[in-house]
Amino acid sequence: MTEAHSPPTTIQQHVFPNGLVLLAEAMPGVQSAAFTMLMPAGAAYEAADGLDLPGGAATMTAEWITRGAGDRDSRELLTALDNLGVSHAESAQTLHTSIAAATLGRNLEPALELFADMVLRPHLDEEEVEPIRALCAQNLRSLEDDPGSKVIYELRRRHFPDPWGRPSPGSPEGVASLAPADLQRFWEASYRPNGAILGVAGAIDWPRLRDAVGRLFGEWSPRPEPRIQERPVGPARDHILRETQQIQIALARPAATVDSPDYYAARAAVAILGGYSSARLFTEVREKRGLCYSVYASYEGHRERGALLCYAGTSADRAQQTLDVMLAEIDRLGRDGVDLEELQTMRAGLKSSLIMAQESSMSRSGALASDWYFLGRVRSLDEIAEALDALTPEEVSRYAASLTGPEGLTIVTLGPNALRTSSA
Amino acid sequence: MPFHQTTLPNGLQVIAELNDRAHSVAAGFFVKAGSRDESSEVAGVSHFLEHMTFKGTDRRNALAVNRDFDRVGAKHNAQTSEEDTFYHVTCLPEYLPTSFDVLSDILRPSLRDEDFETEKQVIVEEIRMYLDNPMSVAYEAAKTAHYGGHPLGNSILGTVESITAMTAPQMREYFDRRYSPANIVLAFAGKGVWQPLVELAEKHCGAWKGGPAPRQAVPAHGSRAFRAILRAEDQQQTVVGVADGPPLESADRYAAHLLATILGDHTGSRLYWALIDPGHADGAELSYQDYNQSGAFFTFLSCEPDSTRENLERVADVYRGLMSEGPTEEELVQAKNKVLARSVLRSERPMGRLASLGFHWMYHRAYISVEQELEAFGRVTSDDIRRLLADWPLWPMTIVSVGPTTEIHPPA
Repeated sequence: MTEAHSPPTTIQQHVFPNGLVLLAEAMPGVQSAAFTMLMPAGAAYEAADGLDLPGGAATMTAEWITRGAGDRDSRELLTALDNLGVSHAESAQTLHTSIAAATLGRNLEPALELFADMVLRPHLDEEEVEPIRALCAQNLRSLEDDPGSKVIYELRRRHFPDPWGRPSPGSPEGVASLAPADLQRFWEASYRPNGAILGVAGAIDWPRLRDAVGRLFGEWSPRPEPRIQERPVGPARDHILRETQQIQIALARPAATVDSPDYYAARAAVAILGGYSSARLFTEVREKRGLCYSVYASYEGHRERGALLCYAGTSADRAQQTLDVMLAEIDRLGRDGVDLEELQTMRAGLKSSLIMAQESSMSRSGALASDWYFLGRVRSLDEIAEALDALTPEEVSRYAASLTGPEGLTIVTLGPNALRTSSA
Repeated sequence: MPFHQTTLPNGLQVIAELNDRAHSVAAGFFVKAGSRDESSEVAGVSHFLEHMTFKGTDRRNALAVNRDFDRVGAKHNAQTSEEDTFYHVTCLPEYLPTSFDVLSDILRPSLRDEDFETEKQVIVEEIRMYLDNPMSVAYEAAKTAHYGGHPLGNSILGTVESITAMTAPQMREYFDRRYSPANIVLAFAGKGVWQPLVELAEKHCGAWKGGPAPRQAVPAHGSRAFRAILRAEDQQQTVVGVADGPPLESADRYAAHLLATILGDHTGSRLYWALIDPGHADGAELSYQDYNQSGAFFTFLSCEPDSTRENLERVADVYRGLMSEGPTEEELVQAKNKVLARSVLRSERPMGRLASLGFHWMYHRAYISVEQELEAFGRVTSDDIRRLLADWPLWPMTIVSVGPTTEIHPPA
């Protein structure tokens, strides 16, 4: 799959015998180096056949690996990272558990050694599980106090077939019940090199990096690919009762996947709908009507599915009108299409984002890993720019027509009262 | 990276830090106008005015402002604090003339009555959004409790009542006073050439008028108050603490940043090991905020309501421990390493340099490079931190608790 597309010269790639994929991009003019490691150990994999773990295992395990690894205890490990000036985050999302880190280029290799310990040789000390449980239970309670984040988790849970919409923070029951042995099983099954992707960008020396990663991760042994059975969830319309000041409105509908020929048309349609301040949702909902402070549309991709997500938060007396305008704008996009000026604006925004990402090693390392996950290769910036240039208003309009209608549409609201969701 | 500066005849300060290796250029207007400059009748006017600038000028309506930025892919935004309103844009160098045409245009807004009424509703929604966020509620209440009648305690957003009652003439009067060129710094960072930047500034801002806009920045001394606010519907208890710290004019601000990193960084700090690692709380951080002639250390805590008292004891123990013993050499070195790496990472993007460049010029009328800043952090000794803590004790502090319980007493 990878042989057909040779990567551009500045991007290097290597697949190790155990399946680990290393991607690297040397960035002239930066002192930093960053990496993003994606492992197929997101919350969805809690539901793999033979594991069948409740929600929270992925997040608790991601915390567990940081609490002592290799020949360092918990405190020595974090201190060593601090002394190398490593900004880092280990977290489980729905699809992946990711480790993202950035530091000065000269400290990259010693930092990778510490993370290799975490991934391959975590202590997984049972005494750490109760503090982790307490921490994760409290994170879930804080999420209940954050209506804007809560509604998006609840939307994804209802829109994507289970387990692909599983909230990564887990459930209170899951976090309360998971035993150390459960987490150990999750780690053994999911922290595997086959399916893992390491993207590195910044001040790097490719041959040296490749050798170091081979030395550090070469002995990581592959595990069987887990089987996951999907099942539909829903409901497609739901309201969560909360005595909040505002009503949160979130909606989702299917959109093209990243590897689809319609991908760029889908991204263009979503951006024109709600990706920037002159986009339609911001213009119609906020600028013209003053209905809310926050409103946007975004694209979310998985390998097998993509989605258009829309969000707004507003007071009870304006919420119905806000939802009506949002639905009407999606309809108008599908019915009347987009014009050339909108397409050019969308293009300018995406292109300048791409170029500006060249200033951030963190952002590039994430893009390398994510491209490989979706496509099995890394797109050059020129390739993306050319695909954007090739889009026509007719093509985007044709695609936008597929985003309308009630089919596949999920609407979740959260707040003091429900809204009418049937007609726009 | 070369630095340049000039002052236009109308008093506008223009500065630039140029970096040939950058891919983009960032431009920003720093207006010395924030909630501390407001009287109570116009509470929230600085922030409301920030919104109104985007609603249009003599040459552009709101839709054209957004459209003209977006057409060249420029990333623009603005933010209002207790002290300043900061407007910024980042774009590819070839689009700077277009982007800057819009950014400078909106600094001379029309403030039309009709837009004023529409935008009022948006501000009210923003206020309500923050009312649904316990940390924002606790933060606002903590500032009010700590500063009492001092203007630093003013709310940035104002209240639903103050915004609803505000009139467009009141805003125009405030604008005329605070948005004079002598009260504004224009900064550029990233890829660019100095002379054309000066010409751009002269072309778009040279005709701006207005006199000096003095601010009476009276040093604030906090009250060490205690308040418990009931929010029965919350699951977690949220606590914000405030203690006075060195002002931004003081050389101690470097030691203050390192102290906050040692005690309250989100990872690897003393609060992290005492509260987060054992699972006692899901948030425990300390940060240092410098203000014009004032400064503050803010403590943030989120935990289960029933364990609030024990957790406040833990925070007090951590602070008292450092106040009596001072930091170890190891943790000081560790904090410096963190600050250094974060500075370098941030400074690789022009937008990451713009804010520190502009604010430093506004209040110090001086340029400080990344290297000089890192040297200043490097010079801080553990004795400096001990002295800082003697001058600015972290405990006792103002404590405001928000959540389902009010059965909370501050530790002695």
